[in-house]
Amino acid sequence: MSEMQPLVRSGVAGQPGTPAEATGPVAGRPRHRDAGGKPRSLAGDAWLDLRRSKVFWTAAGLVAVILLMAAWPALFTSADPRECLLARKHAGPSGGAFFGYDFQGCDVFAKTVYGARASIVVGVCGTLIAGGIGLVIGLAAGFHGGWLDAVLSRFIDIVLGIPFLLAAIVLAKRLTADPASDGVLAVTCTLGLLGWTTAARVMRSAVISAKNQDYVAAARMLGAGPMRLMTRHVLPNSIGPFVVVLTLLLGVNIAGEATLSYLGIGLKNDAISWGIAIAEAGPYARAAAAPLVWPSVFLAATVLAFIMLGDAIRDAFDPKLR
Amino acid sequence: MTDIKAEVDALPGLDPRAPLLQVADLHVEFRTRDGVAKAVNGVNFWLHPGETLAILGESGCGKSVTAQAIMGILDTPPGHVTRGQVLYRGVDLLRLPEKKRRRVRANRIAMIFQDALSALNPVYPIGFQLGELFRKHRGMSRHDAKRRSIELLDQVRIPAARDRINDYPHQFSGGMRQRVMIAMALALDPEVLIADEPTTALDVTVQAQIMSLLAELQRQRNMGLVLITHDMGVVADVADRISVMYAGRVVEEAPVYDIYARPAHPYTRALLESIPRLDRKGRQLNAISGLPPALTELPPGCSFGPRCGYARDVCRREAPPAYQIAPHRVASCHFIREVLGV
Repeated sequence: MSEMQPLVRSGVAGQPGTPAEATGPVAGRPRHRDAGGKPRSLAGDAWLDLRRSKVFWTAAGLVAVILLMAAWPALFTSADPRECLLARKHAGPSGGAFFGYDFQGCDVFAKTVYGARASIVVGVCGTLIAGGIGLVIGLAAGFHGGWLDAVLSRFIDIVLGIPFLLAAIVLAKRLTADPASDGVLAVTCTLGLLGWTTAARVMRSAVISAKNQDYVAAARMLGAGPMRLMTRHVLPNSIGPFVVVLTLLLGVNIAGEATLSYLGIGLKNDAISWGIAIAEAGPYARAAAAPLVWPSVFLAATVLAFIMLGDAIRDAFDPKLR
Repeated sequence: MTDIKAEVDALPGLDPRAPLLQVADLHVEFRTRDGVAKAVNGVNFWLHPGETLAILGESGCGKSVTAQAIMGILDTPPGHVTRGQVLYRGVDLLRLPEKKRRRVRANRIAMIFQDALSALNPVYPIGFQLGELFRKHRGMSRHDAKRRSIELLDQVRIPAARDRINDYPHQFSGGMRQRVMIAMALALDPEVLIADEPTTALDVTVQAQIMSLLAELQRQRNMGLVLITHDMGVVADVADRISVMYAGRVVEEAPVYDIYARPAHPYTRALLESIPRLDRKGRQLNAISGLPPALTELPPGCSFGPRCGYARDVCRREAPPAYQIAPHRVASCHFIREVLGV
């Protein structure tokens, strides 16, 4: 015992940080309470982290501008994107047409601004469809386990094994058989039906780890039934990573819409989208680069903004990183 | 709103004179990839109102699994109750349909977990988690449920309960969390409380506070308390009777004084000898050599045999039956007389 004592003392002396930490940076007020004395939730904690994050504010600002553009394009340009004069073919910037004109003499800036709506609508709706499928399948597989998990997991593997582009081409072609449609619904469904696999996998694993937590056993001990366990205890504790995957998927889907439109199986007729604009400008890239470059820049910035937003939110919510 | 209390009272076969809780010949096994682990192999005990039974044993001896089997919260699969009965006032809970069994949980039998932080849902304030119990089980209004929650938190001595009701579990200290857990377990006035190592995750001063709180609440409510622990120091002050478990069996059961004064099983005796004592300062402690047997391949005969100083040939051949030594005193050893020294 006598040998132990110096060790114990040095152990205590070796933690000079402890007393200082206990009083906290704000004297007398515990870290988890704000000025009003109201307790903070996990989301509240995450918000406090986000508020200090430059990445978050940059991404959020970009996303806000893009959403505004999608909702009210007329705020950004007074020109009509469908008013094209061949006489202005590949003309340089003039007046409100900051980016010049494309091969049909359409205002590139106006077309880019108006193209945001198609990208956002397809991206958001496709992500919502994918999210819905992923949530149901992931939650069912993870919570029920056993044979249902085995069947659903193999199903996820199968869908994941299908080459995306090949399946998208087949599916989009099939769905856009009606020549009158502009293809928005077809592209949205295609992206939704093919994109849910990662979300479902993440949901499943989060549900499995939440399901085995003590608080679920405790809730069961207190008489909770399976529905209550799933909706009240497992779901709120496993939804975090899933939501983050969805924000990433949003960026991927916006790029996917552009890909399909570029290939000529996405939006069509006189729809205005970044993918179509890029596809149309491609052959004339050497004569006029602007009609190719600007939609590409907007597309890249939008995808980046959503992915950055997802990243920042994940970091703020991940307790292991705090 | 159906009255859940009345519903439980109307269970067929419920006998108010039967023991509050009786566990008979309980067997639990875990069917894993590495084979069948026999975690509980014939546990017997009973409990009366107002009584404290301590279940004592080292890690992996089946204490917590027994508790989970009583509550019906074993993870199935891999856990399966293969034999035995869990009788609440004469009603076999293991044979009740899940729906009825759920009514018994929390209303009649509740449990406290070892680690209160992980046993409280991190995404809801504690007031919500407590209030939900009153609203769902008792049909109280939001306002009444909140009032009851505050009363309950006061009872478990959470300072400024009214202000802390909207706090989240991670905002409480370890001891306070365990108090919240106790409040949740006691919310619906159960008659039996199972405390699964309630103080293991806490430091020593807080341990003492929680134990005295538990003892006090038990006295007030005349509850039956099953205290699961590996700490002989915790047990001595609060328990009325002790069941010592080893490798899924109760090897000795006796009133608390008798166990400390005259252990009848070599394992109990060895446990007592391995506690540091002030009057034997400076002397070598007697540790129990060897390790508990792997539950997947329990030895034939007495499972403590390989580590036992009294073991002879018969111990390797036959599992010892439970010998009645005195009223309320049972021990499973071929050589009780030798161990007792009579």
